[in-house]
Amino acid sequence: MATLLNGISIFFMAMGLLFFLGGAVGIIRMPDFYSRLHPAGKLDTLGIMAMVIGLVVYNLHHLSLAAVLVSIKMLLIVFFVFMSSPTATHSIVDAGMRAGLRPWTQKSRSGKNHLKAGKGE
Amino acid sequence: MSTFFLAIALGICLLMLLSMYRCLFGPTVLDRLVGVNAIGSKTVVLLLLIGFLYERVDMFVDIALAYAFLNFVAVLAASRYFHKRKGLYEESFTE
Repeated sequence: MATLLNGISIFFMAMGLLFFLGGAVGIIRMPDFYSRLHPAGKLDTLGIMAMVIGLVVYNLHHLSLAAVLVSIKMLLIVFFVFMSSPTATHSIVDAGMRAGLRPWTQKSRSGKNHLKAGKGE
Repeated sequence: MSTFFLAIALGICLLMLLSMYRCLFGPTVLDRLVGVNAIGSKTVVLLLLIGFLYERVDMFVDIALAYAFLNFVAVLAASRYFHKRKGLYEESFTE
């Protein structure tokens, strides 16, 4: 029984690490600011959920009142992150829009050389 | 199992270093904010893992909850502060 619970915990935590890896690679490799927010907002939230579920399964090895209360607090962290992470992402997008940061297009990519030449029209 | 937690924690630290690249070399201020947000959300899991390594989860779960709340408030305040900055579009081309 303990081996089975350990296996479930290891599976969920490896899955969470995989999601975190996807988020980090996406943040580095994506071409512009708005597309970078896509892996940052979603994959981190899902990674936290998988990691905390793995930890909760491991924590409930020895079933007692204290362990159940700690596990409920961990699930409360997941609930709070599910509320707060999309709100924070939306707030960052709103800041970019208000500051006049336009989304990436192929046209603006060719405008890169234009701006480097320093001849604004 | 403790060794496995240590390996997962080291992996998370490595991924935080990857996100740190965006914090250091991000073209605009908001890119740096994205990197800081990603690092902060990984830190919550890292605090829980430290709690399991020291076998004091009952204490570290409160610290992790407080850290998640502080991270949320910090990102909201920073994005409210930077939303009037001009010239971000030109800045984003200087890679």
